[in-house]
Amino acid sequence: MEKPALISGNEAVAYGALAAGVRFFAGYPITPSSEIAETLSELLPRMGGKFVQMEDELASMGAIVGASLAGVNSMTATSGPGFSLMQENIGFAFMTEVPCVIVNVQRGGPSTGLPTKPSQGDVMQTRWGTHGGCNTIALCPWSVRETFDLTIDCVNLANRYRLPVVLLLDEVIAHMREKVVLPSFGGVKKVQRKKPTCLPQEYLPYEITEDDIPPMADFGEGYRYHVTGLTHDPTGFPTSNAKEIDQLVRRLYGKIERYRDEITRIEEEYLADAQILVFAYGSVSRSAISAVKEARARGIKAGLLRPVSIWPFPDKHISRLADQLKAIIVAEMNLGQMIGEVRRASCERVKILGVTRVDGELITPDEILTAIQEVS
Amino acid sequence: MGRLLKYLRLDKFPTVWCAGCGVGIVMGCIIRVVDKLKVNPDKVVIVSGIGCSGRMPGYLDFNTLHTTHGRALVFATGLKLAKPSLEIIVVMGDGDALAIGGNHLIHAARRNVNLTSIIINNWIYGMTGGQYSPATPRGAFATTAPYGNLEPPFEVPELVRGSGASYVARGTVYHTRQLDRLIERGMRKEGFGLVEVLSPCPVGFGRRNQMKSAIAMMRWQKDRAVSLKRASKMNEEELKDKIITGVLFEREAPEYTQEYERLMSRVKTRKEIGKREIQTGLGEIHEE
Ligand SMILES: Cc1ncc(C[n+]2csc(CCOP(=O)(O)OP(=O)(O)O)c2C)c(N)n1
Ligand code: SF4
Repeated sequence: MEKPALISGNEAVAYGALAAGVRFFAGYPITPSSEIAETLSELLPRMGGKFVQMEDELASMGAIVGASLAGVNSMTATSGPGFSLMQENIGFAFMTEVPCVIVNVQRGGPSTGLPTKPSQGDVMQTRWGTHGGCNTIALCPWSVRETFDLTIDCVNLANRYRLPVVLLLDEVIAHMREKVVLPSFGGVKKVQRKKPTCLPQEYLPYEITEDDIPPMADFGEGYRYHVTGLTHDPTGFPTSNAKEIDQLVRRLYGKIERYRDEITRIEEEYLADAQILVFAYGSVSRSAISAVKEARARGIKAGLLRPVSIWPFPDKHISRLADQLKAIIVAEMNLGQMIGEVRRASCERVKILGVTRVDGELITPDEILTAIQEVS
Repeated sequence: MGRLLKYLRLDKFPTVWCAGCGVGIVMGCIIRVVDKLKVNPDKVVIVSGIGCSGRMPGYLDFNTLHTTHGRALVFATGLKLAKPSLEIIVVMGDGDALAIGGNHLIHAARRNVNLTSIIINNWIYGMTGGQYSPATPRGAFATTAPYGNLEPPFEVPELVRGSGASYVARGTVYHTRQLDRLIERGMRKEGFGLVEVLSPCPVGFGRRNQMKSAIAMMRWQKDRAVSLKRASKMNEEELKDKIITGVLFEREAPEYTQEYERLMSRVKTRKEIGKREIQTGLGEIHEE
C-alpha cells in the first residue's frame, strides 16, 4: 500500500523505526526531537511495542539497553543537552555490545543554545563523546525520505555489528515536511541479530569468533550469562589479564574498522570531472547541491560529496579525490569539525576552505557559491 | 545448603568482598528466596549498579547485568517492560541508589514497575574507600568527612514510600531469617518493592567509627534493630537510637507493566488510525 504522504523528518524517524522492527522506545522530551517520541507513543502500543517517558536521558539510554538485552529492538531520541547526558551509557552499550539506536536531532549550542534552530555542533561529540575511546557508526540524512531509510539502516547496523548506532539529524531535516512514498513495512529488509546455536552451558557471550561479532542471546531464553561494563573475557566476566583486555578492546574498536568499507556510504554529484569539491552533510548539503549546480551553470567544474555515513569517515574517498582536485570546500553549521577530518584524510594535499555558520541559520547556496568562486 | 550451591557461579569465587562484609549475606538471602519460590533461574535477572554491592550479580548463576553507577533501576525498567515474564531483582549500594541514582529510585517507585529492589546500606561508599554517602549518619567519620559528617542522611523507607512504591521494608544482615521473609514478600508483591538492608562495612565505615571489627558492627545491628511489632509496644524514649525493621509499608496500586499491557489491548483493537493513516498510508500497521 504505497500512498504518498506529507511528513516531517521526525515522523520519518518514527515510521522508519517501526518499519525496522523497533518495539521499544524510551525518551525524555527535548526540542527539536520531541515529535519522534510523540509519534511513537501513539503508534508503538498499537503494534505490540512499548513506549516509556523516562525521568531523564541517562535513564532513557539505560532503559533501551535493558530492553535490547531482552531481545527487543530499541531506540531513544534526543538533542544536544540530552545527548551529553547519554554518553556514559552509550559507552556501556559499546562495551557490552548491546545493539540500540540513538537519534540526535542537533540544535544550536553550546549549552542550552538555540533549541529551535539547526546546528551541526555534535558531529565530534558523536565520535568522541563517551570516555575511554570507543568507535562509532553514525548516519546523517539530508531529506525526509532518506531519514526513513537511514533509520532502518541504523537499526540493521546495530543488530549486525552489535553496537549503539547514532542517527544524526539537524533541526531543519527534523522539522521539514516533504512528500514521500513509504514502502510497505512488511517489505523492509530487517537484519536479525546473530543468535547462539550452541547449548546454554557452552555459550560464550563474548566469544572470539571469525567475524569478530559474538552471537547474542536474549535474557530469559535459557542462556544465563553475565554482562558488565568492566573489561571482560570471552565468558563475559571481569578480567584484569592484559592479553584478554587488549584482545577485547581491539576487537570492539576493530569491528568497525574491519567492516569499514561495508558501512561507509557517500553520495556524490558531478564528481567525475570536478576540480572543486563541496563537502557537506545533512541539511547543508541541500544548499551545497544548489551551489554546485549554479557553479556548473557558470562554467566552474564543481561537485558535491555528501557523507551518508558520517562515521566512519569516508577517508578513502577523500584521499582518492585529493590529487584530482584544486580545492575542497567544507560547509558545516559549526566552527569546523568535519573540516579537520577532511584535512587529515587528504593529508592537506589540496587547498581546503571552510564555510561555517553558528547563528542558527542554514548556510545558503550563495555563501557556498561565493566560496566556490573564490577558489576557482 | 548444598541445594543452594547450584545458584552460585562457584568458579568465580573467592569474592572480592572483605572479611566481615555484609553483601555476601544478602546474596545468600536472595538465593534462598529464589529457591523457596521455585522461580526458574532462566527467568531471574539480577541487575546491579557499581560498588562492592554491584559485584554481586557476577557470583549468581542467573541472567546478570552489572550496569553503570546509579543506573541499575533504569536498565531494569527497560528489561521488565520489554519482557514482563522476567523476575527482576535490583541490587544497589547506598551511594549508588541514593546519590547518583536517587532520581531513578524515586521515579521507579512512582512508576511502580514490578521490580524487587534491595539497597545494601552500609552507610558509606565502600568500593571507593570510605567516603560519606547520603546514608552516612550525621557526625560519622569518613575519608571525605575527616571532622565528622555535616549532612543528614535520607530516611530511605519514607523517601521510597512517598514516591509511590507498593512495598517498603527494612532489615539487617544480622537478622537473616527476617531478611529472607522481607525479600520474599517483596518478590511476591506486584509493583515496585524496596528492601533496605543495613549491612556492615567494617573496612570503610566501622574502622573510623568505633566499630573496628565486623563482630562489633553485627552487635550494633543486633542491639539497635527493633521489629515493627516490638516497636509498637515501646515508648519514644525506648525507641531513641533504635532502627525499626520489618514490612514498613504496603499498598495495592496499579503496576506499570500490567497497565501498559492493558493499554496495548485497548488501542490495538481501535479501528481507525485517524490522522496518521490519511497522512502516511500506514494502514498496514495493523498487520502485525
Ligand atoms: C559515574 C561514576 N561516578 C563515580 C564512580 C566511582 N564509584 C564507584 S563505586 C562508588 C560508590 C560505591 O558506594 P555505594 O554505592 O554505597 O556501594 P558500596 O561500594 O558501598 O557497596 C563510586 C562513587 C563511578 N564508577 N561512576
Ligand atoms: S569495602 Fe566495605 S562494602 Fe566493600 S567489600 Fe569491603 S566491607 Fe564490603
